[in-house]
Amino acid sequence: MSEWQTQGYLRADGRKGIRNIVVVAYLVECAHHIARAMVTQSGREDVHLIGFPGCYPNDYATRMMEACCTHPNVGAVLLVSLGCESMDRDALLDTVRASGREAELLVIQEQGGTRRSLAQGLGAIERLRIAADACPRAAMSMDELVVGTICGGSDGTSGITANPAVGQCFDRLVAEGAACIFEETGELIGCERIMASRAVTPELGIEIEASVAKAEQYYRTLGFGSFAPGNADGGLTTQEEKSMGAYSKSGDSPISGLLKPGDIPPRGGLYLLDVVPDGEPRFGFPNISDNAEIVEMIACGAHLTLFTTGRGSVVGSAISPVIKVCANPKTYRALSDDMDVNAGRILMREASLAEVAEEIYHCVRAVAEGQASVSEALGHQEFILTYKAFEPIGPACLPAVRSR
Amino acid sequence: MKQNFILLHPEDNVLVCIESSAEGVEVDVDGQAVRLPAAIEVGHKIARHALYEGDKVVKYGAPIGSMLNSASRGEHVHLHNMRSDYIPSHTRNRRGGGPHV
Repeated sequence: MSEWQTQGYLRADGRKGIRNIVVVAYLVECAHHIARAMVTQSGREDVHLIGFPGCYPNDYATRMMEACCTHPNVGAVLLVSLGCESMDRDALLDTVRASGREAELLVIQEQGGTRRSLAQGLGAIERLRIAADACPRAAMSMDELVVGTICGGSDGTSGITANPAVGQCFDRLVAEGAACIFEETGELIGCERIMASRAVTPELGIEIEASVAKAEQYYRTLGFGSFAPGNADGGLTTQEEKSMGAYSKSGDSPISGLLKPGDIPPRGGLYLLDVVPDGEPRFGFPNISDNAEIVEMIACGAHLTLFTTGRGSVVGSAISPVIKVCANPKTYRALSDDMDVNAGRILMREASLAEVAEEIYHCVRAVAEGQASVSEALGHQEFILTYKAFEPIGPACLPAVRSR
Repeated sequence: MKQNFILLHPEDNVLVCIESSAEGVEVDVDGQAVRLPAAIEVGHKIARHALYEGDKVVKYGAPIGSMLNSASRGEHVHLHNMRSDYIPSHTRNRRGGGPHV
């Protein structure tokens, strides 16, 4: 256990946030421009835009919007509806209010169009900002912190520098009581047996193997893996090669559970997030870009995300800060203004894996204490949510909960 | 003889490039000097010893695919001579052309 603490934002459900964001959420693409204009014209960095573009109903999208709007880093919410989309705006509004947060709903068709909605929305943001600022502060310790990790723009260096360094950082965070989440079962094809052997129960191991088998089947039906052309340019040749490198982000801790998007880790430990939809492929690629994975991490309660990159991603995220760990020294030289940690020093023989892991760990603490990550300071607030379908997780997926 | 390639796991049959290396450069492969038949960029792999069609390619101590044809010691191991045992990889120059097998 660690004695580290920070001052968190205490929410009514008992969870604590490391940020106090006012979220403006558009409920269909038709409301996107007006919602974005409100956020931009508010001129505030602590007002973030999120949303769902689809007009057709989708349980997953509803669940993600609920989870994001009631995330511990969120202090208040403005919903922006066109008026005729199928997202259940009243139920979403009720959910946010029931979580103890101030929330307002603005319906463009009822307001009388773009100009009036924008003016109304700017007033609402001011009220909601005041309400969010009244949130009480409370000491927050490591066992209340949730940290996610993803990789994007991987190359041959990701799996030998940044990913194993994040793995060592995860080992320390888990040992100190934090909940850590790694993901993309589709990027773990070929590692399923090794992963299953690390599960805290044999039944969980079976669930983990099944989740990877599902991912393999899903990607096979689509005809593609998560393997992108940039990966091959960077020296990676196959899905399973990328998988082994990606897998090293998880470290060596036992795997305590298997989550699906929106499931909150019940306690500290290491968790695998299954992001591949259940059933026959219906809506296309599981995650169409890196930020879709970050949004699912956030829906699982992640306060911040460790993002490893070889080729050089620049993204951040709405709601939860992103810490960028650059694997490739050449990429770091080109994009150093976008990176928090230079794990490429390992290849230059300037730092050991353990030293870079330590640097990542301290970066996690600093960002949790309120320091802006590099992408956060640059104003990156990407957010993307698409159609998906999931069945609830089975009872073997969270053994700690079952044995309570 | 340059130390431009590293061995990630003792069971591996490929080495990973950690410093861009020009064609013809002599690099260290298991203590012996091997002349690179082609330039190799950081992150790319070369054969640690002769590999033949159907051989499993081993990296991180795990199989990451199979050889489609042979490669001599020091030769680049990539999309042109190996493939996934799971899922086809796609490349930019097959845009819209379906899976690259």
